Order: sequence, then C-alpha cells, then structure tokens
Amino acid sequence: MKGNFTESFMKGIFLICAVTSIIAILLMCIFIFAGGIPFIQEYGFKNFLLGTEWKPSNIPQSFGILPMILGSIYVTLGAVIIGVPIGLLTAIYLAKFSSKRLYRFLKPGINLMAGIPSIVYGFFALVVIVPIIRDVFGGTGMNVITASLLLGIMILPTVISMSEAAIRAVPNSYYEGSIALGATHEKSIFSVVVPAAKSGIISSIILAIGRAIGETMAVILVAGNQARMPVGITKGVRTLTTNIVIEMAYAADAHREALIATAAVLFVFILIINGAFLVVKRRTNLE
Amino acid sequence: MNRKDKIVIKDMDLYYGDFHALKNINMKIKEKYITAIIGPSGCGKSTLLKSLNRMNDLIEGLRIEGNILLDGKDIYGEDFDVNLLRKRVGMVFQRPNPFPISIYDNIAYGPRVHGIRDKKRLDEIVERSLRLAAIWDEVKDNLKKNALRISGGQQQRICIARALAVEPEVLLMDEPTSALDPISTAKIEELIEELKRDYTIVIVTHNMQQAARVSDYTAFMLKGDLVEYDKTEDIFSVPKDKRTEDYITGRFG
Amino acid sequence: MSRLLKSVVKLSAYITFGVLFFIIGYILVRGIPNLSPSLFHLEYTTENVSLFPAMITTLMLVFLTLIIATPIGVFTGFYLVEYAKKGNRLVEVIRIATETLSGIPSIVYGLFGMLFFVVYLNFQYSLLAGTLTVGIMVLPLIIRATEEALLSVDDSLREGSFALGAGMLYTIFKIVLPSAMPGILSGVILSIGRIVGETAALMFTLGTATKIPEGLFSSGRTLALHMYILSTEGMHINESYATGVILLAVVLIINYVSTLLSNKLAKGSNDE
Repeated sequence: MKGNFTESFMKGIFLICAVTSIIAILLMCIFIFAGGIPFIQEYGFKNFLLGTEWKPSNIPQSFGILPMILGSIYVTLGAVIIGVPIGLLTAIYLAKFSSKRLYRFLKPGINLMAGIPSIVYGFFALVVIVPIIRDVFGGTGMNVITASLLLGIMILPTVISMSEAAIRAVPNSYYEGSIALGATHEKSIFSVVVPAAKSGIISSIILAIGRAIGETMAVILVAGNQARMPVGITKGVRTLTTNIVIEMAYAADAHREALIATAAVLFVFILIINGAFLVVKRRTNLE
Repeated sequence: MNRKDKIVIKDMDLYYGDFHALKNINMKIKEKYITAIIGPSGCGKSTLLKSLNRMNDLIEGLRIEGNILLDGKDIYGEDFDVNLLRKRVGMVFQRPNPFPISIYDNIAYGPRVHGIRDKKRLDEIVERSLRLAAIWDEVKDNLKKNALRISGGQQQRICIARALAVEPEVLLMDEPTSALDPISTAKIEELIEELKRDYTIVIVTHNMQQAARVSDYTAFMLKGDLVEYDKTEDIFSVPKDKRTEDYITGRFG
Repeated sequence: MSRLLKSVVKLSAYITFGVLFFIIGYILVRGIPNLSPSLFHLEYTTENVSLFPAMITTLMLVFLTLIIATPIGVFTGFYLVEYAKKGNRLVEVIRIATETLSGIPSIVYGLFGMLFFVVYLNFQYSLLAGTLTVGIMVLPLIIRATEEALLSVDDSLREGSFALGAGMLYTIFKIVLPSAMPGILSGVILSIGRIVGETAALMFTLGTATKIPEGLFSSGRTLALHMYILSTEGMHINESYATGVILLAVVLIINYVSTLLSNKLAKGSNDE
C-alpha cells in the first residue's frame, strides 16, 4: 500500500498549498486592520475620514484623510472618463472591425500594454505629459488632469481585454438577427451586440477602477502630491496610495499608525470594489 | 459451453444522486467469449460497462449496491486495489484517446505504471502488443511518432494495443468503432474476433449488426433494466421478451 | 450615423495603439543612446549610477520568488482542478481568496509585507521579505494559469490513464502536466513580468539598498525601484531612460514568449 500512502500524502501537500491563498488574505486583513483600526478608534472615525487637514508635523498633529480620499476619487474618475470610452471602443474595434491579420498584431499589443511596468508609464508621463500640461495650463504640470491622463492610459488594457472577451462571447445570432432586419454593421454592433455584453463590460470597468485607485508609483511622479483639499483639476492632489509611500519612510508613532490606517481605508475600498466585481461576475455566469 | 464465469454481477443497483440508473442487474459473463451489450442510448449500457473496472468511481454522487465479482472476488470490496483491477480489466474507449506522446510511450505507459522499467522488456511488450492489435506492420518504423499524428482507425488500434500491454484478463470496449469509418471498423472487428482466444471481451455497441457479427452472448438493456441476456443467435432469432423483439426488428426496419 | 460610429471606433483604436507605440518608441529612442558601459559597472557609485547591481538583484528576486510561488500555485491548481469535488465549499473560498488577492493593489502588499515580514517576523528590509511579498502577489496569476491549463486537458486522456491502472499522481505528472505545461509556463512568465515591473510592494520590503544583496537577509533594489528612485531624485534622467529600456526589453521578451506559448497551447488542443 506504498502507492496509496504517497497518493494521500501528496494530496495533503496540494491541499496545504491550496489553503495558502486563504491564509495570505487572512494575514493581510489581520495585519493591516490590527495596525490601523486602533488608531482610527482613538483618533475618531469621523475626524479621520472626514477631517480636511493632514498635518502630521504640526503640534497638535492632525490626520484627516478626506483630502486623499477625494484625491483618489478625482483621479480615478478622471481615468474612467478618459480610459473607459477609448478602451471600450478599442475593444469593439478589435472584436468586430479589425481584420484577422491585423488582429494577430494588435492583440499581443494589448497584452504588452498590460505588461509595461507602472514605473515606465509614470516616467513617460513625467517626461512627456507633464511638460505639455504645464505649457497648456501653467503651474507645475503635475495635477489632476495629468494623473487622470496617465491612469486613463494605464487602465486601457484592463478595459480592452475584458470588454473584448465579453463582446466576443455574445452569440453571433444576435448580430445576424439585426443584420437580417436591415440594420448596418455598426448599428447592429452598437444597439444589439454591445448591450448584450453589458455585464462583462461593467466588470471590466469595475476592475479598472480598482486598478486606478490602487496605482501608486506612477501617480506619485505626476500628481503633485499636495496634502490639501483638492482645489481644481489643474492643481495637484494626493491620493490614498501615494500618501502611504511618501511618508512611510520617515513616519513614526501616531503618524505611522495613521498611514497604516490610510492603507486600511484603501483596503476597504478595494474589498468593496472586488466584492462588486465578484457579484457582477457571478451574475454573468448565472445568466 | 462449460466455460467458467469470469465476471458475475449480482443484484446490482446504481444511482447517480437520486437517479436510479441501473436496476437490479444480474449477469454472468463467461471467460473467453465476447459479450455484447446493446440498447438505445441512455439505457445504461456504458454505465454498466464502466462499473466493471470501476471507472464510474470518478463520477460524483454515484452509489452502487449489490456485488460485482471478478473470479469470485468482489471488486467493490474494501481490500480490492482499484489500480490492480484496472490492470486486469482493460478498457478501450468510444473515441480513440491516445496520449499526446509517441506511439512507443503510449504502449509502454501501462507497463511502466506497473513498475516495468527494463528497456528490453518494454521493447518486447510494445512489439507483442502492437502485433496483437494488428498494427505492428503499419507503425513499426514510426514508433517515435506522436500518436496523435496517425489516422483515427490506427489510433484506436494503438489504444487497443495499449490496453493489451498490461496483459489484462478482460477487455472492456465502449462503442470502440463508433467514431471510425467502415474500413477501420472492419479491421477492429476482425481484431476483436482474434483477441477472443486469449481474452474475455465485453463490448458495448449501438450497432446491432456489429453485436450480431462479433459476439457470442448479447445483453439487451432498456432504461436501466437488463431485459434479456442470452446467446447472441437466440437473442437475434428468437428473442423471449417482447421489448427485445421490438427493438431488434424496429431497428432492422 | 454608421459612418460616424465607425470613425469613432477607428479613432479610439488609433489612439490606443498610437499611445502604446509612442511610449515604447519614446523610451527606446531616448534610452538606447544612454546605455553606456558605465551603467554596467559591478558596483553602484553616485558617479557611474550603475544599474548592474539592480539587474542582478532583479534576477535574484525573480528566481527566488518563482521557486516559492510556482510550486504553491501549480499545486493549488492541481487541488482545485484534479482533486476537489464539485460544489466543494473550500474550493469556493479559495477562489474568492485568489480573486481578492489579484485585486489588491501592490502598495497594500507592500505595507503588509513591511508589517508582517519586515517587522513582525523581523526579517528587516531584505531579499527574503521582498520575495515572500511578491510571492503572494503573483500566486493568483500562477493559480489561474494552471487552472485554465489543466481544464483544457481533455478528460479522455485522464480516463485512458486511469483505465490502465495508473493512480492520480502518476496520471497528473505523466499525462496531464505535460499537456498543460505551455499554459502553466505562460502564467509563470507573466509572473516574471509582474515581479520585474513591481515597485510599490518592494519599496518597504526589499528596501532600496544599492548593492547586490549578500544573502537572503540583506536589502537591495530591483531595476524598477532603481528607475523610480532615479525619477524622483530628478538628477539622472538619462539613466532613468536607460533603465526604462532594459525594463521594456524584458517586458517585450516576456510577452513574445508567452504569446508563443499560448499559440502552442491553442495548436496543441486543435491537434485532436
């Protein structure tokens, strides 16, 4: 029965490996929340989330993260406004307009785009987009618009690949039915095929929002990073993610805990977005 | 006619969840004969066949009551090694399923599973099995060729050779020719006739002529019941059950 | 109306691919002339701004991470696809866990790595802390690739193997794994890309030391981190371009190989 022992032993090993992910996620929750929640309780939930002043070096210190929450929302919204229409239309192009031969070039292009490190995107934005914005709007060129443009580009591959897959998954009979009624190629795609792919497209947007909120290193380079309430799209902002990176290196005591608490808030945002994604996805699978 | 019973199925019931797929099956399969199982699709013939080497174990929610004895020993008994059972009761599938490796490695796969490592022994086994499956002459110069790169009929004979390589006592065949053209089918049928000398063969087929041509005994199943089981000539000439007669005559037109 | 729609669609595609080619072209054109030999000095000094130590550190990090994450990810895939029964609760939970992991931003990984590996387990800023942090990060990628690859292997092959009396393990390693290999490899290769491009998760785990790490417990910096630090300092823009070229080259190679592999996988399953 030596064979059977090896079989059950290895099955056990596989099971342990499979549980690793669960352990990892639990540990992450424990350490981030255990590090952040006590501070939030002490400082006051409302003061922390809705406080408009982030001044860790003042006496007394103030740790309101509303500026960063708004900063994250601004640049994410900007990214969605720029990235989603272009991404979705590009997905439609890839799925329904491009020739097979062209597609064989373009598809790897999208994968490549997804593979480019965020620091390269950020650096590109720093040396190309920032000067242009500076020329157009004055100031430093590091502001909400720049960060939105950068993130808009960075979420393109997410929006494109998932929307394209969703559009391709729509049965061809929908399209044919519309064509048979005398509608044009374009009309059929926009009024029949794309609506049928709705839930897949929504998932892609949710995922893209998650990417944009979570992006850090690229945003630092171009967002300006001023820890103040946003004062307009041509001025700099600081996001939740960049707040952590910029100050973590030298933070201590309450300041450090406040940063971990910032991560906890970000984590909750992401969990909500992930949850929404899973719900939409599950609904799509059930349909 | 006094050959021993190789497999005895006693009061066997099989359930998929709530679905009663096989109902009180009793059947004795004689050694070194060909036994055919026929019936309309969904009657449970493949399920019955797969119970004989416990391939059904892979299906979730499956429950079996009663006994299946191989040489008098219950194959569902606790001390019965499934892998050893499958070595003794080989199987050929409906669709040829050679592994995506060389022809040689396909045939040597089973012997290697059961611990044969010696190159010379393996060479012998491969050649003997391919000869038994009547495909040696066609592939002997191409043993390193990927088994997916030969025709469907050849693939099926490779699969038969692969099953034979572990020296089974029983060979189960699940509609082995349904995916093949008539010429390949004829070759496989000829081969089955040959193999009967050394092996007990149970073949499931939807093709009644095939059953009539190759088998010694035929079982007719309907909706999970074993309706009639007798010598093939009797089943096809003087069926005792009305349902058997309807099925046979209905099919023949 | 139709013509307008068509133009908008085309225009969007032009923008997307225009941006892509512009980014790559711009970095390459500006960066390649800056790939001077002094960047490849064994040791980093403020004069030569060598990126060589960062290259070696990147290789070490990739190697160590894959050694840990690949078996765990692939074995998880085995469990999920080959062993777990349908409707198994645990499988549900594992799926949700991996999906959630794949959505967590790298900065959260970085902070977790800092709190858990660097501080709690007292690894300090080190290769080990960095490895374990990005190891968890690429796990979902490898798991998903393995799952998909295993699912694409025809069940009739498994049946064929079981029918010859082979056990589960033998069947997995001799029949299923070889067929699934291209898909798994392409997941592993994408993970390499992820590790090479990572910054936020490494800053507070691997640290930013300029030397090649002497062991598991010493700090270092990867190419991407190096590029980030050069960019924020603003003193060495040319060297940043050069680092960007190397990162892009790695990404291009990785994408090329993974495309080849997935084509092979697609072809393999068409063969039948």
